[in-house]
Amino acid sequence: MSKITDLSAAQAATAVREGQLEADEVFAAYLERARGDELNAFTWLAEEPPGWGQAGRLPLGGVPLAVKDLFCTEGAPSQSGSRILEGYRPPYTATVVRKLQDAGAPLLGKTNQDEFAMGSSTENSAFGPVLNPWDRRRVPGGSSGGSAAAVAAGLAPWAIGTDTGGSIRQPAALCGVVGVKPTYGACSRYGMIAFASSLDQAGPLTRDVTDAALLLSHMVGHDGHDATSLDLPGPIELPRSEDLRGLRLGVPEELTGSESGVEPGVRDCFEALLALAEKLGASVAPCRLPHAPHALSAYYLIAPAEASANLARFDGVRYGLRVDGDADLLSLYERTRATGFGAEVKRRIMLGTYALSSGYYDAYYGTAQKVRTKISEDFREAFAEFDFVVTPTSPWTAFELGAKTEDPLAMYLNDFCTVPMSLAGIPAVSIPCGLSDGLPVGFQLAGPAFSESRLLDAAFALEQAIDFDASVVRA
Amino acid sequence: MLDRAQVLHVARLARLALDEDEVQRMTQELSKVLDHIEKIRELDLHGVPPTSHVVDVTGSLRSDEPTPSLPPEAAIAEAPEPVQTPAGGGFGVPSPGQPQ
Repeated sequence: MSKITDLSAAQAATAVREGQLEADEVFAAYLERARGDELNAFTWLAEEPPGWGQAGRLPLGGVPLAVKDLFCTEGAPSQSGSRILEGYRPPYTATVVRKLQDAGAPLLGKTNQDEFAMGSSTENSAFGPVLNPWDRRRVPGGSSGGSAAAVAAGLAPWAIGTDTGGSIRQPAALCGVVGVKPTYGACSRYGMIAFASSLDQAGPLTRDVTDAALLLSHMVGHDGHDATSLDLPGPIELPRSEDLRGLRLGVPEELTGSESGVEPGVRDCFEALLALAEKLGASVAPCRLPHAPHALSAYYLIAPAEASANLARFDGVRYGLRVDGDADLLSLYERTRATGFGAEVKRRIMLGTYALSSGYYDAYYGTAQKVRTKISEDFREAFAEFDFVVTPTSPWTAFELGAKTEDPLAMYLNDFCTVPMSLAGIPAVSIPCGLSDGLPVGFQLAGPAFSESRLLDAAFALEQAIDFDASVVRA
Repeated sequence: MLDRAQVLHVARLARLALDEDEVQRMTQELSKVLDHIEKIRELDLHGVPPTSHVVDVTGSLRSDEPTPSLPPEAAIAEAPEPVQTPAGGGFGVPSPGQPQ
């Protein structure tokens, strides 16, 4: 019989529900693997299986879940990768984590991330960088790098992360796993330690598309604790398409052409997949997203502006670190924040505070929100002619640790192909589509709001045809 | 382009104590990022409304009825300086005034 950890999460859940496996066996098998974590993917691990007798009757079958550090989990550290929250144990659990627990996915551990989800390499964690299981000299992407690396290396059957400008899709691409950023509002943000509230969305990182659909189907829905959360028009369906007949795929020149900075090896994989999509019955044609090249600039005004407001709450008074100042409140705030925040978080707080400050608000934040409107219009026009827009997920494969840490602008370019969808609030899926020099390449499909089930169906048909083999990094 | 005085002003607004090294680095790095971002100001955005919400939904207001919330002892349990009071507890802070 194959090892428990060789099964996909959906297969393991089915085996438990059909009585072929005990839920605690599945938990124990992954806990043993996670305890041997050499990638620094986890920041905390559960001590033992929850001992649920009833797990076998629940849809997720007791298959344990790795959860990005920034989700609040009652009684377990929830630090958002930051020294300012070191050891913080919240008094409540985030809605999506609670929903998944209720559906039968207990907490296996918390995963490492860029501090407050600000980064594209997981090198900005206060708890040290995560290593890419395909090549340990390289980054796993970020900010959900711990979740992506844990799933890729088989240390966890499945994981959740958050995506603000690409933080699920880009690490999924760099680690060779599936990542989904749902429509804005599909998943409750309650209990997610906030970065940029108009962009943050939770989503799954999984070994395959079926696992992603199964996990996502239990994450979505309106929550009274988050007024921006909403009910989808229909449930998330498990994918079953075998072809792409009748599907129209648009390839935006702005995100894939010679100006886009996409590496040759990534372009080769992307073009091979377009050819495969045509073989499966899709039509492929160029489309236009004229404002997409400006998305990154708008994003790096909007996200830091919202972050500067959200992170005001970390002041040494209600939770986390306190560093005493000169016996007055102002110096306590300033020194606590100076000591507790890392360099990238300080940079973004400064950028956001500047963009919102008196005299600059219209020129920066106001302009960025107008660009955001134009980007949404671009997608609306594209979706009048095409079912989905497709791009490489990241312009390049995993880069070496330290390669971009000294140049913030170079690091920000990681999000070039993922930020436009975030600004428009639309769903997007990244699937592994091949290797370039031995490193995984991600293929991104984006659709109109609420098109998750159709996107996952198309991703599933491609996945079957690609037959990407990542078993080597789980050995 | 940001100068040193602006960096110090923004740091004060953001309640961040920066050391001399950070002030210099921040001045250079933020200027470089802003130079890049500035390009969006060249776009013609006349008459374009700013985005307020990305998904077309009408307000989802809950009914205005009291529901249980965190008990005070749980809310202050992780505070650096929890203070017990007859009202149930609070967060201890130094005087908001200037040091003597």
